[in-house]
This record gives sequence, structure tokens and C-alpha cells, in this order.
Amino acid sequence: MSLPILSILIFLPLVGVVLIMMLDRENQWVIKGTAMAFALVEFLVSLPLWFGFDSTTAAMQFVERYEWLPQYGISYLIGLDGISLLLVMLTTFITPICVLACWEDVRDKVKEFMICLLFLEVGMIGVFVSLDLFLFYIFWEVMLIPMYLLIGVWGNPARRIYAAVKFFIFTMFGSLLMLVAILVLYFYNHQVTGTYTFDLLKLYSVKVPFNMQIWMFAAFALAFAIKVPMFPVHTWLPDAHTEAPTVGSVILAAVLLKMGTYGFLRFNMPLFPEAAWFFVPLFCILAIIGIIYGALVSLVQVDLKRLVAFSSVSHLGFVMLGLFTFTFAGVQGGIIQMINHGLSTGALFLIVGMIYERRHTRMIAEFGGLSKVMPVFAVFFMIVTLSSIGLPSLNGFVGEFLILLGTFQVNKVYAAFAASGVIFAAAYMLWMFQRVMFGVVTNEKNQKLKDLSTREIVVLVPVVLFIIWIGVYPSTFLDKTKASTENFVSLMQKAKATQTALVDVKGDQR
Amino acid sequence: MSINIPSVTLSNIGPLITLSVIGLVLLLVDAFSGKAGRKSAFAQITLVGLIIAAAQTLAIWSRTGQDFSGMIYLDSFAFFFYMVFIVATALCVLLSKSYLEEYGKNTGEYYALMVFATVGMMIMAAGSNLVMLFLGLEVLSIPIYILAGLFREDIKSNEAALKYLLLGAFSSAFLLFGMAMLYGGTGTLALDGLAKALAGDGKNALTYLGMGLLVVGFGFKVSSVPFHMWTPDVYEGAPTSITAFMSVGVKAAAFAAFVRVFFHVFPTIKMEWTMLIWVLAVATMTVGNVVALAQTNIKRMLAYSSIAHAGYIMVGLVAANKLAGVGIMYYLLSYTLMNIGAFAVIILVSRKKDAYLSIYDYSGLGFQYPGLAAAMSVFLFGLVGMPPTAGFIGKFYIFSSAVEAGYIWLVIIGVMNSLISVYYYLRVTVLMYMRPSEADLGPVKVSPAMATAIVITAAGVLYLGIFPGGIYNLAMNSMKIFASL
Repeated sequence: MSLPILSILIFLPLVGVVLIMMLDRENQWVIKGTAMAFALVEFLVSLPLWFGFDSTTAAMQFVERYEWLPQYGISYLIGLDGISLLLVMLTTFITPICVLACWEDVRDKVKEFMICLLFLEVGMIGVFVSLDLFLFYIFWEVMLIPMYLLIGVWGNPARRIYAAVKFFIFTMFGSLLMLVAILVLYFYNHQVTGTYTFDLLKLYSVKVPFNMQIWMFAAFALAFAIKVPMFPVHTWLPDAHTEAPTVGSVILAAVLLKMGTYGFLRFNMPLFPEAAWFFVPLFCILAIIGIIYGALVSLVQVDLKRLVAFSSVSHLGFVMLGLFTFTFAGVQGGIIQMINHGLSTGALFLIVGMIYERRHTRMIAEFGGLSKVMPVFAVFFMIVTLSSIGLPSLNGFVGEFLILLGTFQVNKVYAAFAASGVIFAAAYMLWMFQRVMFGVVTNEKNQKLKDLSTREIVVLVPVVLFIIWIGVYPSTFLDKTKASTENFVSLMQKAKATQTALVDVKGDQR
Repeated sequence: MSINIPSVTLSNIGPLITLSVIGLVLLLVDAFSGKAGRKSAFAQITLVGLIIAAAQTLAIWSRTGQDFSGMIYLDSFAFFFYMVFIVATALCVLLSKSYLEEYGKNTGEYYALMVFATVGMMIMAAGSNLVMLFLGLEVLSIPIYILAGLFREDIKSNEAALKYLLLGAFSSAFLLFGMAMLYGGTGTLALDGLAKALAGDGKNALTYLGMGLLVVGFGFKVSSVPFHMWTPDVYEGAPTSITAFMSVGVKAAAFAAFVRVFFHVFPTIKMEWTMLIWVLAVATMTVGNVVALAQTNIKRMLAYSSIAHAGYIMVGLVAANKLAGVGIMYYLLSYTLMNIGAFAVIILVSRKKDAYLSIYDYSGLGFQYPGLAAAMSVFLFGLVGMPPTAGFIGKFYIFSSAVEAGYIWLVIIGVMNSLISVYYYLRVTVLMYMRPSEADLGPVKVSPAMATAIVITAAGVLYLGIFPGGIYNLAMNSMKIFASL
């Protein structure tokens, strides 16, 4: 390996942060331009990852390792497999879109806004490429601060502080318990192997006793489930999403929530596979409750943004269900659905933001008949809505289909309940779309709304392009993750055998 | 009659001698200078003295053993703390000058007393005999009693001084009584001798009682619950620069002695005291954090937070292994930087004569004074224990030592306490960044000394958070002295 691409990806936005700090705050154009330039260069730098990635192997690629605190077994160890590749690409793809999307929306404290945005990117990339638990934890926590500021400073004046603090404390609650579990794992590994290490790949091979696994799985799972967010711990999400500025919601939906599902896939399940099998019924049921509950609550929302927020709970329920099937189709579907949700929900938040910019309200009742006033807007909105519902030939279908396929293989009842979520999704999305876009223009204020500007079209086109691409030819993306998924599934199936054996032994003893 | 003069090497206590001499010089300069004149040079003289002391400490770093007839330890554990005290004092000197000038109190005795207190701290960290520890404690405490009451026109400052004096005297008595018990139980006051006695047949009711009383005595000084009652009032009433000094220096010194005595003398009766300190640690963390939630005066809030931090450090005492020792040392160093930094910002924001000490006075600071607010955020996130700050690494070391020792529930209680603390530290950042300022409080005047202090502490907090290896090695090396852990 020649260039340390991943390190460049992590630290390039940091250079941008420092540079922007030195710029004059009055010079908003220069600040925005610099942020845009860094976000774009970051995306370009990430392209070699995509093309240089060897999709035939599940091994980590682009690995870099530097000793950081060798006495403690802490190293700066980063690398990439198919799963993280997609998420890193998603992150670098969404960030320039976000910078462009907030070009005119953010008028206040632009400098600090851009600093937060780029700083957030550091944390997000870091989380997806860390292969050292300590390093991972640092990025995981660091990323909280800019997001907290984004919600709290630029959010909706009425309840932004409540939402920001709630977001921070919820996430912190989970991650602190995860830290304890990380430490327990670390010392257990030392007990067994005699070496101190936070190296994830080495920790994978430690066989933790089942009764310890349960607790550690629970601690990790809590941290990730809060982030996902899964059903009973999802309550921070609607608040954070609704109060955050448009771009904050987009990043939150597109990338931050994926950290939870990614965490399950990368850390929780492979580290504690037997416990993962033990928890399958619980998590599948919670995921299904999430799917249906999220959909039903979306149905009754009067606020567009809150509707999209609750639909996230539903979509992420699908992802979790897919992952917990431990079948090839289910996991592949879960991974592609993470990307889909990032694109579709991200785009929905962008669209809601665009209406909000024009009308300064997000109440569904305020709108109606917009398709006549804003035809271009209507096209984009329609595509994104259909993709979110899961219409065949758009991306949502691929993910949900694979997930349901996987679920059907393991449990038909789960699959039946989950499938009902697709119907509900069609109901709440289409009903919303109908109330906002169709009919006659009832509200005077909507008569003279401007259609999308060129900038706004430029923001949406790339997202829609990928929505269609994944829908029509998902293999481009599924191939990248194939090897990693196969590896993961075979690991989990092996663990199932040992877990069954374990339970049998217990049974015999009785 | 012949008098045996034991051979001593004066350079072994070089830093202490230098600082004592500097203290006297300060008093003389004060006495022989006119009304204004050289008075502005006190801070500079003190800093020069501290730099010399630091150089001397580095020069004797590799020495080991004891000196002065077994009264002083020479080891890197003590020297590490010398450096912590020197850094703490130097930073507090930087904070003091402009603050004191507002009150017309930029006097020689202030700096002299501070320097004498530093000498006391050093004696506590290095003392190898219970008598020395007591001596150090008194040399440390008496100047602080005076300094707490420095603003004698201010009724709160008076209250602080009196309260600290009365309760301090009380705690000294406990400590002394404990030492007497230990002497009664074992027949020696030397720490090495005590350790030997306790490893052998010295375990009796008197030693247990003595050990318990030591916990009480040290508990007062580190402001552990239930001996914390003085802390909020004293921290609130004392001059802010002295509050900063107390919260880091006195605490570090008391913990240095606490660790030395308990890790060196009492490891053979670990079972007995770890349970006791387990309870104290939980109570200290929880009370400190929960009560801090309700504070609106920022000095009072940090007083309760300082109680909570004592609780986290006591988690390390419970763990009682080498990693715990490292964690405590690391924590005290990083706490020194974070807390002094925070108090520096408090002095600046309070503007003239402590006019603005409510947390609501921080509203809107984030965009009026971005640099100042950013620094304050670094300190606050450090106190929370967020990466990449020194506060995180300190907590990480301490909690991992407790996990290693098997105290998982204690760690869970500890991290949940960190979660509680998030709320009140975060509230200040909420006010700074997310609320508009309520009224025009006038400009913040940043003197060069203040700016230096804030830059050094903020950079230090980040540096120690990102490159924790160097200090870890130093601290781990100094753990050699606790062979039985």
C-alpha cells in the first residue's frame, strides 16, 4: 500500500476545520466554498477505495496500524471491508450534498456551522473504519459533540435545547455501559491469552463464556440500539430529527443511525455470537414492533418532518430484522437497506427542508395541491416517496425484499408481520403525498411558491440517481459486500452450532 | 557529649528549599518596597522560583531511597507530584495577578503563602513518616486558611476561612489520633516500619482503628462524602484563584499521601479498607454529582463537581492495583489542568470583582468570545470525560483498573455518575452556545497572563487526551515502590 487513504479521509476534514477557523466570519462565500471544496475533495479521495477494493475477500483492506499506547495494547488500527466501504462512501457522498443543501438555509453563524459539519465527518469516517475498540470508542464519542451543537445551535428555536440534550444524554448512557463492557472484554482477553489488546480482529477469536457474553452483548446492544434506534429506546429520535436543522436531520438519518446497525454487525454479533443467537427472538420482535409501531405513528403525524422521523424507526426496524436473521439474503438486505434508508430518508429530509424554506411551516394541513405550483419539485418528491415505500425498480424494494426473503427462511410469522410494515409504509407515505401535493391549492400562501432552484436540483439529482441505480442494478453494491457478508454469516452459523450444543448440554444435565 | 549529625544531602530536598527561600524573599521584598514600585514583580519572582524548583525536581528525578533519617522518600512517585504541584501553583499564580489587583490585594504575602502551601504539599507527597505527613498537612493547611479569608471585607470570604479552619482543625485531629493509634498498635511511625509490622503480627484493634481514622482525616482533605460539608461554602467564598488552587493542589496532595499510605502500608489488610472506601466512593460520586445538578452559582457547581471527582479518584483507591495508581496520578494531573482552566475562565467572565458568577451569565458567550467559550468547552467536556480530552483518559485508566480488580458494579455506578455529570456541565455549554446573552455585562478583559494560563491548560488537556503514553510510562515507573500491589 502506498497512500494511507483512510487516514487522509479521517484527517482531511480536520484540516478544513482548522482552515475555516482562520477565515474571516464576514466572508460567508469563502467559508462555504472552503467547506464545499473539502467535502468534494474528500469524496474524490474516497473514490480510489471503491475502485481499488478487492471484493473477493472478506479480509480487511487498506489497513493501517500505528502504535498509539502500546503499553496498553491500544493502536491506531483502521481498515475497511465491504460493509464499511459502503458506509464510508455514503458518508463522503452525503457530506458535499449537505454543504450544498445548506448553502442558503444557514445564514447565522455559517463559520461555526461548517466547522461542525466537517468535524462531524471526521467522527463518522472514524467510526466506520476503526478496528481498534479504543479508537472506535473515541470516534463514537467525539462525533456526539458536533451533532449536539448542530441540533442545539441551529435547530428549531422552540425545543432545540431539549432535543440536543436528550440526544446527548441518551447516546452517552448507552456508550458508557458499552465502555464498561469493552473493558471487561479487554481484561478477559488478557486473562485468557496473556496479552493486552484492543485489536478487534484479535478479540474476535476470544471465546467468551456464554453467561458473560449475555451481559456484554446486552451492554453493547444497548449502546447500538439507542443509536439505531430500536423500539423502546427510540424516543430521542423524533425530537432530534424534528428540531435539528435540515442538514442535521439528513446526516442524522443518513449516517448517524447507521452507526448503530453497523455496530451490531461489526462488534456486537461477531464478538458475542452465541449471545447473539440467544437474543434473536427478543431483537426480532423488537424490530417488528419498531416496523409496525413506527409506521402507525407516522400515519397520525401532522408534521412532515416528524412523519419522516418516525418512518425512520420503521425502516431501521427492517434493517435490524434483516441482520438478526443471520442468513445471507437477510444480512445483504440489511446492509443495502442501510444505504437505501440513508439515501431515501436523507432525500426526504432535504425535500421537507426545501418546503420549509419556502413556507416556514411543516404542517401537512398547511399544504395541498403543490404539484401544480411546483412541478419539478413534485417529480423529485414522488420518486423519493416511492423509493421509501419500496416500489420495485427503486432502491427500497431491493432491501426490503431481501430482508423479507431472509426472514421467511428462518421464521414465517416474523416475515408475515414485517411484510405488513410495507403496506403501512405505502399508506402513510402516499396519504401524506396526496395531502401535500395533490388536489387544489387551498392555502393562498401556496399559490406563488417558487419551484426548485438549480442549486436544489443539483442537490437532489445525485441522490435520485443512486436511488434508481440501486433499484435497477443492485449488484454493483451487493457484490462489494458479498464476501464480507458470507464470512459473517458463516461465522454466525458456526456459532449457532456451538450454542445449540451448549443448550443441549444444559438439557442433559437436567 | 558528642552530637551525631546525620549525613544529609540537601539537594534531595532542593525544590522545597528553593520554594521556602522564595517565600521569604517575597515577604522581604514586600516589606522593603514602597507603596507601588516593585510590588508588581511578586508574580514574576514566584514563577522564577517555581521554574527553579521544577528544574531541581527533574535533576533529582532518578534518585531513590530515603533521606533525612528516613523522613523523606526519594522516588518518582513523589517527584511526579512535585511537578503537579509546581504546575498547579504556577498556573494559579498566572490567574492571580490581575484578579488580585482588582481587589487591591496583589501583596507579597499572598504569593508567599501560596509557595509555603506548595512546600507543604511536597512534604505530604514525599513524607516517609506519619509525623512528616502531618507536618506537611499543617504547612499546607495553615496558609490556605489565611488565603481563603484573604478578602476580609467580604463576609463570604470570612465564612470560608472560618469554616475551613474549624473543620480543617477537626480533621487534623482525626488524622493525628489515627496516627497515635497506629503508633500504639505497632510501635513505629515510619511508613516502612508500619508496612513491615502489618505484614507480620501488627494487625490488632488499634491498627484497624488507626486506619479508619486516617480515612476520616484524608477524607476531609479530599472532600469525600460524608466529610464534604465544608467544600461548597469554602469554594464559593474563597477568592476564585484560591478556590482553583485548593481544588487541585490540596486535593492532589491529600491523594498523594492517601495513596502512599494505603498502597504502601495497608495492602495486607486490603479487604478491610477497600469495602469502606467502596462505600465512600459511591457516596462521594453520587452526592457530588446529584447536588451539582441543582447549582446555579458556577463556583458552587464546580465545588460539588470537585467532590464528585474525588469520588472517581477513590474508585482507583478501591481497585488498589498498579494501574489504579497510574490512573490516580493521571487523573490528578489532568484534573489540575481542566479545573484551573475552568476557574481561569470563571475569573474572566466574572469581570470586575466577581460580579457575574451565575451560570446564566455565560449565556451567549459562545459567539461573543469564541476563543474563551471554546476553551471553556474543552475544560467542561474534559470534566465530563469525553474523548479526546485528558479527562477521558484519566477516567479510562481509573475505571479500567477497577474492572481489572473485579469491581464491575463500582465501575457501572461510576459511569452512570459521569452520565449525571453530563447534564450540569452540558448546561453551561448550552447557555454559552444556544442562548442569547441576557444583558450586556460589559467587556471581558483578558490579560496576557490569563491568556497564557488558558492556552496552556487547554492545550495540555487536549495533548494529554491524544498522547497519553508519556505520562503513563512515568506513572507506571513510579509504581515500583508499591511492590506488594
